[in-house]
Amino acid sequence: MTCTDPESLHGIAWLACYLSSGKHMLFYSSFGTVLLLLAITAPVSLAFGFMGAMAARAGFAPLRWLGLAYTSVVRGVPDIVFFLFFVIALDQGIEYLRHEALCPGWTEPVRQGNDFIVCPEAKAPLSTAPQWVHEVYNFMLAVFTFAIVFGAFAANVLIGAMRAVPRAQMETAEAYGMSRRQAFWRILVPQMWTYALPGLSNLWMILIKATPLLFLLGVEDIVYWARELGGSKNPRFSSYPHGDWRIYYFLALLVFYLALTKVSEVGLGRLTRRLSHGQATAAGEAMRKAGA
Amino acid sequence: MTCAETFSAYWLRSLGIGERLLPRADITLCDQIVLIGSGLIWNVYFGVLALLFGFFLSITVAMGKASPHVWIRKPAEWFIFLFRGSPLFIQFFLAYLFFLQLKRLGIGSDLLTSAAAGAVVVLVLNTAAYSGEIFYGALRSIPKGDLEAADAYGLSGWHRFRRVTYPTMLRLAWPAYTNEAIFLFHATTLVFFSGFPAWQQQGDALYYATYFADKTFNPFVPYPIVAIYFVLLTLTVIAGFGVANRRLNRHLPQERRTRLKIRPQVIR
Repeated sequence: MTCTDPESLHGIAWLACYLSSGKHMLFYSSFGTVLLLLAITAPVSLAFGFMGAMAARAGFAPLRWLGLAYTSVVRGVPDIVFFLFFVIALDQGIEYLRHEALCPGWTEPVRQGNDFIVCPEAKAPLSTAPQWVHEVYNFMLAVFTFAIVFGAFAANVLIGAMRAVPRAQMETAEAYGMSRRQAFWRILVPQMWTYALPGLSNLWMILIKATPLLFLLGVEDIVYWARELGGSKNPRFSSYPHGDWRIYYFLALLVFYLALTKVSEVGLGRLTRRLSHGQATAAGEAMRKAGA
Repeated sequence: MTCAETFSAYWLRSLGIGERLLPRADITLCDQIVLIGSGLIWNVYFGVLALLFGFFLSITVAMGKASPHVWIRKPAEWFIFLFRGSPLFIQFFLAYLFFLQLKRLGIGSDLLTSAAAGAVVVLVLNTAAYSGEIFYGALRSIPKGDLEAADAYGLSGWHRFRRVTYPTMLRLAWPAYTNEAIFLFHATTLVFFSGFPAWQQQGDALYYATYFADKTFNPFVPYPIVAIYFVLLTLTVIAGFGVANRRLNRHLPQERRTRLKIRPQVIR
């Protein structure tokens, strides 16, 4: 079977050729983009959250204020506004810093009325850069934005989890002569995860459902391709003419997200069991009794 | 134009009343505040309608999920999974395309493909699923003693629901339901980014904010304005739900009353 002459094909053969066209391959790989975003964002925002939580507990007051300000400001600003705002702000911030560093002789103001103009060398990425650099740059901006926003939420969950570890555990650590730092890393951190997991699971579910926003951030993600491929195709411009099929493409996206949610539910359920093992909680106690 | 003139020209622009052309050049702070505020009318419209209809549907869904009959329970569970398990953004797209398909087949009308009606349908179903899960959780945590007392008084069926189950469920669910309402108002900003067209540039607060950000290349003014408007909207919602919360808890001793704890989430 060859796909060189689609007009001669019918039925299944036509569909098989249609679904394996070059653009469809890009569509399939964009599912990878979404999974990649999740895979990078989850640990990065957890790290941001951990730092935020540590800062909020710090003995040094300005650091503590910084941690608390981070969590409350990001959480207070409504959702999508933050996404739209942050990407442009970040982009302009980077270009402005590069402008200051690379073009010291530039005398014109950066903001000219309604325009934001930096010298050509300060453009990020450079306008001469190949297409993939632009795409990677946009993707990295998106990852950073997601990480900042979800980091604030994770910080809030982790602060709660650190407070939930029984006081007696920390007192025991002190009785054994551990320093504050040792008690934190050896007692508090290993035990807090079981308390943090319900909140973090919830956050993970929200993160999954926030990924279509990549489309708004200018990344060629699954929503972009579903609109692109599903729109009606004219026989003059396409070898696979068809009507408006967007509804089928979006149904496929719906199934993808439902499957991702279901898999996550099962996976997180297993993780919860794993983390409850040997913990000083009701779930951990039940597992101990069942095992004994 | 002075600020007062701008106000009278644009404060109902989102409904198509007043000046037709949006400001293009020399955009002032006043323009942005007035027009974005005008867009907020749509957010309030979507939020209030969705809350109103969603409330009744969500209680139905919660009762369905708690039902002992498989044929009632399963559809309710699937409904909740469908709307809680997928992004609202995708739901908007899909619903818009579905309504478009209906219109082509001659079944639907122009009404459903417009944001004013179509988006409300999606938001109602979505909030019904989320709050259905909340009410279901509350239904399951009604103290056993309350129901036994209802039995002892000879209440059954509708009377037991109306007098005992429903008020207790509402009281237990109220703090979480308040969060859901805040969350819903925030979600209304997605409408005009997801297929539903803004007819004659009549959009919501975020629509105009994006317009200004595109025109001025300066995100540092319009987006914070939206943020401030939404903080005010959120505070209004909290105040309104707080009044209801006090009423629902008025029979309890002070220390047993549940306090509203506000934890807005990021996005659905």
